[in-house]
Amino acid sequence: MSPHDPAILIWLIAIPFAGGLFCWLFERTLGIAFPRWVALFTMLSVLGLSCWLWATGDYSLSGIGAEPKWALEYRAPWIDRFGISFHLGLDGLSLLLIVLTNILGVMAVACSWKEIGRYVGFFHLNLLWNLAGVVAVFLALDMFLFFFFWEMMLVPMWFLIAIWGHDTPGGKSRTYAATKFFIFTQASGLLLLLAILGLAFAHHSSTGTWSFDYEDLLKTPMSAGLEYLLMLGFFVAFMVKMPVVPFHTWLPDAHSQAPTAGSVDLAGILLKTAAYGLMRFGLPFFPNASADFAPIAMWLGAVGIVYGAFMTFAQTDVKRLVAYSSISHMGFVLIGIYAGTELALQGAVVTMIAHGISAGALFILCGEVYERLHTRDIRKMGGLWSTFPYLPPILLFFMMAALGLPGLGNFVGEFLVLLGTFKVDLMVTLVAASGLILAAVYALYMIQRVLHGVSKSEVQAEDLNRREITMLVTLMILLLALGLYPQPVLDASAAPMRALAALYSAGATP
Amino acid sequence: MLDLLFLVFMFPLAGFVILAFARGRLQETPAAIVGVGSIGLSALLTLLIGYEFLSTPLEDHAYTQLLWTWMSVDGFAPQFALRLDGLSLVMLGVINGVGFFIHLFASWYMRGDDSYDRFFSYMNLFVASMLFLVLGDNLLFLYFGWEGVGLSSYLLIGFWYKDPANGAAARKAFIVTRVGDTFMAVGLFILYHELGTLNIQDLMMLAPQQWAVGSDIATIAALLLLGGAVGKSAQLPLQTWLPDAMAGPTPVSALIHAATMVTAGVYLIARTHVLFELSPFALNCVGWVGAITLLMAGFTALTQTDIKRVLAYSTMSQIGYMFLALGAGAWGAAVFHLMTHAFFKALLFLSAGSVILALHHEQDIFKMGGLRKQIPFTFWVFLIGSLALIATPGTSGFASKDEILWLAWAGGHHDLFYAGLAGAFMTALYTFRLIFIAFFGQSHGHEVHVPHGLDHSLPLAVLAVFAVLGGLIPLPLESVLPHPHIASEDGKHALEAISVLVSAAGVAVAWFFFHKNRALAEKLARGNLISDALCRLWSSAWGFDWLYDRIFVRPYLWFIRVNGHDFVESFVAAVPVAFQRLHAAAAQSQNGRTRWYAVSMVAGAILMIAMVLL
Repeated sequence: MSPHDPAILIWLIAIPFAGGLFCWLFERTLGIAFPRWVALFTMLSVLGLSCWLWATGDYSLSGIGAEPKWALEYRAPWIDRFGISFHLGLDGLSLLLIVLTNILGVMAVACSWKEIGRYVGFFHLNLLWNLAGVVAVFLALDMFLFFFFWEMMLVPMWFLIAIWGHDTPGGKSRTYAATKFFIFTQASGLLLLLAILGLAFAHHSSTGTWSFDYEDLLKTPMSAGLEYLLMLGFFVAFMVKMPVVPFHTWLPDAHSQAPTAGSVDLAGILLKTAAYGLMRFGLPFFPNASADFAPIAMWLGAVGIVYGAFMTFAQTDVKRLVAYSSISHMGFVLIGIYAGTELALQGAVVTMIAHGISAGALFILCGEVYERLHTRDIRKMGGLWSTFPYLPPILLFFMMAALGLPGLGNFVGEFLVLLGTFKVDLMVTLVAASGLILAAVYALYMIQRVLHGVSKSEVQAEDLNRREITMLVTLMILLLALGLYPQPVLDASAAPMRALAALYSAGATP
Repeated sequence: MLDLLFLVFMFPLAGFVILAFARGRLQETPAAIVGVGSIGLSALLTLLIGYEFLSTPLEDHAYTQLLWTWMSVDGFAPQFALRLDGLSLVMLGVINGVGFFIHLFASWYMRGDDSYDRFFSYMNLFVASMLFLVLGDNLLFLYFGWEGVGLSSYLLIGFWYKDPANGAAARKAFIVTRVGDTFMAVGLFILYHELGTLNIQDLMMLAPQQWAVGSDIATIAALLLLGGAVGKSAQLPLQTWLPDAMAGPTPVSALIHAATMVTAGVYLIARTHVLFELSPFALNCVGWVGAITLLMAGFTALTQTDIKRVLAYSTMSQIGYMFLALGAGAWGAAVFHLMTHAFFKALLFLSAGSVILALHHEQDIFKMGGLRKQIPFTFWVFLIGSLALIATPGTSGFASKDEILWLAWAGGHHDLFYAGLAGAFMTALYTFRLIFIAFFGQSHGHEVHVPHGLDHSLPLAVLAVFAVLGGLIPLPLESVLPHPHIASEDGKHALEAISVLVSAAGVAVAWFFFHKNRALAEKLARGNLISDALCRLWSSAWGFDWLYDRIFVRPYLWFIRVNGHDFVESFVAAVPVAFQRLHAAAAQSQNGRTRWYAVSMVAGAILMIAMVLL
């Protein structure tokens, strides 16, 4: 065990909660600048806290496996009658995702500095509660608690899109997008709830006691048919959130209408909760059924890569474009998870983090372009290279990350996924590898239409200011570090991923 | 001294960073000092390191410098390690030596361009990536450099970004080579899974131990690496990007698309020659790819009107010679030709650049003519480069090309030899067609601005010297690449004589048709249906662009057009529509008519009774 007090885990959730509440309560009395500073300070402090946990903790233990061991664990009784407790646990996997969440949280606050002018306090309340919900999802070890936080991420996101979003002139409204997002996630959440209840019932009928606790449920004996059914319930719920083709159509709409911070949050963090859910719950609960199902899941991932890349090319709205490219990239994560080798799983983790950073940065850039040109339509852009000195090369950098240029984090992730999948399924690997070519096609075409050519708009706008440059350069450095020396990340997730791979090989050979 | 090896790429990398962050704030002179100086320092260091490496031989003729371990997952632990041996030293020399003079020339050529520092930042990035490629001790590190040069090539081809045609050429280059890169990546997966490492030396040691000669797995792995090589080196069937790449500034064409990057495929195959020796089939493919490309490109070069495109097809053809040499197992000869080609082709491109600037960006050779008198210095250096290109005795091109032809013949690859000989004729023909049309004959009244200045003339003069004498440089390759066993030297001189005669015949034919009697050539070309069709086929480079457009580009765009609105969305949109219909149907029943309600109550009651009773 680490030398830390387990109550730190509560702080990781409670600080953003309280910060958000402060933002809202004192906006009236202290002015609209106040919430921004409070939110920034809040996110920086939890980021500091999570980095400190990373630097000082021992993450050689795995929270995945028959006997999960946690670097930090907190448990308090809650609803004893049904075996529900307030159970949180931290291992290397959840730590990495929490650090990512907090980094992007800081960015989300910083990129809203100028963009959000209405209901600033309430905006930050929603943003911070959403972030707190995500962190809690990464920590929760009680299925009831997990579901509670899973739903809790959703409501603030709805507000973020519906209140501060954009209406496309002559197109879809922000309420439409917000509602679509809500219904998709809610419907899949219902399925998740049913599957959780089914699992709890199965546990009750075999042991006679009620429990929603992760560690109890891991050992639930089930018939093969029931296991497959419940596994599908978890899988579909996570698949919608990830999103996997053909359940992806909410994502482009949500992104195109969401405010910048909402998009950063959505692409960078929310999508990763689905992958986390599969790794933490979907596979360990149902190892045999998952191993049976793996070829289908991998093919879904491969189809998603290719289809997403094709659709990315067809987009004319920059934010929809980045959204479709996210669908394509999350296909690599899905393949990595279901290939089930340590290489592929580690690749999936790196891809999650790298994509979080690169997609987050791309959405920030989209927001900055929109603030300057007042359009997101690619057909009205062009020639930005001669208009701004700093924005174009930075955009180029992150598009290069998206097309998987070695030296940047995405390459490490995608290469490891493909390398680890090669032995498992040759055809999936080949189809997924064609995504490398298709990514080059859409990325370069986007660069051409946005940056190159002769400038089409007469707008004389300021280039990036110091705040924006600081944000983007930070993300660039992180992506470079991940691409050139990913070892700290790989080390943190090594133990859980090794355990997951072991689970897999046990499941595959009964 | 050897432990300073990492500085060789650190200088260009630092130059890139400085110039990239300057973002237009540096004046031309300081930008040139940084951009050219970084390569100069690197070249100087290469000289010192090369001297030490050769004068005090190491035990295994190689020096390895570990920088750090890139990543380590489940036994997969590729390292950032530099390896200096005879082969990488030759490549270092070519990249930094030729690269320095091209940079120097570029500092003259690019004067007045408003993105002067951006140009040099890309050039420095290219050199750094290329050095990664040749120094990498690990295939993944090599792949890093491999993609890095692809990026810088993309950036430099599309350097003048305001013209969308340049952007299209840049994209084409990146995407076509990426197809090859993806084959190569799959090749890396196979090598790792079969042999458990991507370290080149370990791979080359393990492969012969575990794989029999001619085994399927060796063939597949070698062919996938060949896929990467043909992409970068613009060989059949991934050659289509190179002529378009000429959209970049001319020094870029000299450095990237003639002297260094396009020879990366040759380097890769030479580096992994052990693998190709295990698969005679793959090795044969290499030779035939080279032979066919060199002939096809030769015919195409004959019909081009743009001076740079002639040189581009010539480059393709010369790299075909290198592939031919590799296919014949003449590894050393291939690398030798790589080096001499870098000298004379860089010279040809730079002097073409000099011509182009002298004529205010005129590239059509039929609008030139008579330039011999107007820009004599450029003419002479161009002529020297051309003589080396057609392998005139006494030039570097003769030394390397005849080595290739001789080894192909002596190694029993007679068909490859004949292809090479036919190529020699074509080379002489298209080269002197260019010279007679552009430099001789009547002037077309173009206003000529005579280029001058040390930064213009010095690089040309130095490269001209190397184009002539470069064949005398002994290459330290015997410790890296095996030399083919040749039973006797009989017939070598006869072969040399034959190839010289063939080249001379090419020059004579060029003189007859393109100088003496140009009208006849016109008549022949346009004379009848067959020659007309043939000319069109050649000038369109055998229709590959047309074919690929039909097979790949159009279906892709068709799918995008048809599915632009994501057909999945229409299923999703059907859900609310279904709900609305349901709602409308239910609302119909609530119409406020008492009769209707009474009837439906009775009907419901009857139905229920019926259900109970039955």
